[in-house]
Amino acid sequence: MVEQEGFRRYVAHIILWIGIAIVAFPVYVAFVASTQDNALIANGQMSLLPGGHFFEVYYQTIFVGTSGSTREPVANMMLNSLIMALLIAVGKIAISIISAYGIVYFRFPFRMPIFWLIFITLMLPVEVRIYPTYKIVADLHLLDSYAGLALPLIASATATLLFRQFFMTVPDELLEASRIDGAGPLRFFWDTLLPLSRTNMAALFVILFILGWNQYLWPLLITTRDDMQTIQIGIRKMMTTNDALTEWPIVMATAVLAMLPPVFVVVVMQKLFVRGLVETEK
Amino acid sequence: MANVTLRNVRKTYTGGFEAIKGVNVDVGDGQFCVLVGPSGCGKSTLLRMVAGLETVTGGEIDIGGKVVNQVEPADRDIAMVFQNYALYPHMSVFNNMAYGLRNRGMKEAEIKTRVEEAARVLELTSMLERKPRQLSGGQRQRVAMGRAIVRQPKVFLFDEPLSNLDAKLRISMRVEIRKLQRRLNVTSIYVTHDQLEAMTLADVLVVMNGGQVEQVGNPLAIYEKPATTFVASFIGAPPMNLMSTRADEIKSQLGGGAGEAGILGVRPEDFAITDQTPSGGVALPLTVEAIERVGAETFVYGSRAQNEQRVAANPGELPPGEIIVRIPGSEAPPIGQQIRVAAIRSKLHLFSGDGRTRIEA
Repeated sequence: MVEQEGFRRYVAHIILWIGIAIVAFPVYVAFVASTQDNALIANGQMSLLPGGHFFEVYYQTIFVGTSGSTREPVANMMLNSLIMALLIAVGKIAISIISAYGIVYFRFPFRMPIFWLIFITLMLPVEVRIYPTYKIVADLHLLDSYAGLALPLIASATATLLFRQFFMTVPDELLEASRIDGAGPLRFFWDTLLPLSRTNMAALFVILFILGWNQYLWPLLITTRDDMQTIQIGIRKMMTTNDALTEWPIVMATAVLAMLPPVFVVVVMQKLFVRGLVETEK
Repeated sequence: MANVTLRNVRKTYTGGFEAIKGVNVDVGDGQFCVLVGPSGCGKSTLLRMVAGLETVTGGEIDIGGKVVNQVEPADRDIAMVFQNYALYPHMSVFNNMAYGLRNRGMKEAEIKTRVEEAARVLELTSMLERKPRQLSGGQRQRVAMGRAIVRQPKVFLFDEPLSNLDAKLRISMRVEIRKLQRRLNVTSIYVTHDQLEAMTLADVLVVMNGGQVEQVGNPLAIYEKPATTFVASFIGAPPMNLMSTRADEIKSQLGGGAGEAGILGVRPEDFAITDQTPSGGVALPLTVEAIERVGAETFVYGSRAQNEQRVAANPGELPPGEIIVRIPGSEAPPIGQQIRVAAIRSKLHLFSGDGRTRIEA
C-alpha cells in the first residue's frame, strides 16, 4: 500500500467513509425500524434513533411471527434457510470436487465431451430450466422437502471448473510420489488433494453459502407448507397484507436477522482463507 | 537387493513418437548406474518406465529376476527421488517419510524407528515436526532421500535430484548420495544431464542420445575410449576437439588408413603447445582467440588456419574450426599470437565419417 501524506490521505478517507455510509445507512434504518412501534412507522414519524421496543419486537419475530400473513416464527424460517444453504454449499463442493477429480486425473472415453457438457451447463441457470426441473422434483415427490430445496441446485459447473483449474496446478510428481508410496486413487484424493484444496473449499463455501441463503425463486416454487418456507420467502410474504397494516418492525427485524448468518460465515471463513493465502502450500 | 535388466525396452507414444528406441542395460546388484544425456534424449522417460510411471510399449524390464512390465509402481519395491522433491506440502517431515510405510500397513512403532534412523543419518532429527515449506532446498532434498531410504527398497531411482540446488550444495549432496548408496548398498539408477555428476557418481555410465544408448561402461573407460563422436563431445568439459581428417594438413600427418577415417578427436588436455611434431601424432598451427584462466589451469581458444565444415552436430560441440587447449597453470600466450599445438599418437581418437563408429588405429 502506498503511504500518502496529509491532505490527499484525508480526501481518500472521506471518500471511503461516504462509501461506507451509503452502504450502511439502509441497514441502520432497517435496524432502527425494527425497534420502533408500528403505529409510529405507519404515520411516517419514525425517528432515526433506535426506539424502545427491541426485545419485544425481536421476541415476537423469532418465536411467534407476524399475526397475519406468515403465521410462522422466524426461527423456523431461519432453520429452513440454514439447512438449505448448508446442503447447497456442502453438496456443491462435494459433487464438484469429485467430478473435477475424475476429469483431471482419469483417462476415460468421452472425457472431454463430458467436461464440455459440464461447462455448457454454466449457461443454464435454474431460472432457464425451471419447468423441467420442477417437473422432475414433483415427480420424485420432493416438493416441500429439504432434498427438493437443495438437490436441483447442487450441480455446479463453476465450482467444478474452479477445482479443475486448481488440480491442474498440483504438480504431477505428487501423484507419482503417492503411487510409489502405495496410495491408490482414493487415498491420493483423501490424503493429498483434499488437504491441499482446503483453502479453495473455504473460499468457495463462503460464496456458495450466501448463494444458497439468498435463493428466492426456487424455494418460492416448491415450498407450499408454511413450516417449510425460507426466510427470504417469509420477508416477502410478511410485506403483502390484504387489509391489515404491514407489521414493519417485524419485517425489518426479519431482514436484520436474515443478514446475520451470511455475515457470520464471511467473518469466520475470512480468517481461514486469509491464513490460507499467507501460508501458500505448494 | 536386486539386479535391474532392461531388454530391448521401447516406448512409443500414441502419436507415433518413439521416445526410447530399444535399450539394453544391465545394472548389477548394488551398482550405481547413471543415465546421462542431453535434454530430450529419453533418459527420464526410461527411468520413469523402470519406476512404472510410464507404460512399456516394447521389451522387458526386469527387477530382481522378475519382469515388472505390468506391475504397479508401489509393488515394484522401488523408491524414487524427484527433481522437485514432490514432498507432500501439508504433511510434516515425519509424515512425509512415514506415509509410504503407513500405506503398507506397517506398525507405528516400526515406522517410528525407521523414520528416526533415517532422520539421524540425514541430520533431519530436529526438523521432523516441520512442514516442507519451512525447510531450505537442501533440507527438502534430504527429506526426499529419507522418504526413499525408510522404505528399504530393492532399487533407488533418482530423477535429476540435484538440479534445483545451488552449485556448492550440489557438490556436497553429490558426495552424500554416493556415500549413502555405498553404505546401504542398494542398486541405484540416477538420471542427470550433468556429465560431471555422471562421471563422479557412476559405477556404470549409460550415455544416451535420441532415445538410444550410445555407450555403456565404466566412466573412465568411456572417457578414455568414447565409442562415438557424440559421447566424445558430451563426456568431458570442455568437450573433445573434433576435426575432419580430410583436411590436407591432418591427412598428411596421419597418413595411410587413418587419414581416410573421417573424424579425428583430441581432448583439450592432450594438446601441448610445442614446436615439435611427435611421430605419428598431430600438430596444428593456431591463432589464439581467447583465454580463460580458472587458476590451476588455463583454456586457450584458438582457430585453425583453414575453416572446415562441421563434421557432426552434437550438443556441446565446438564450432567448426575452433580448438580448445587446456594447459596447466596460468601462463598463456597472448591473444592474436600464432602458436603450434601437438598431440601424441596414443591420445588421438579416430571415428568414422558419420561419427557413429570408433576406429582403433
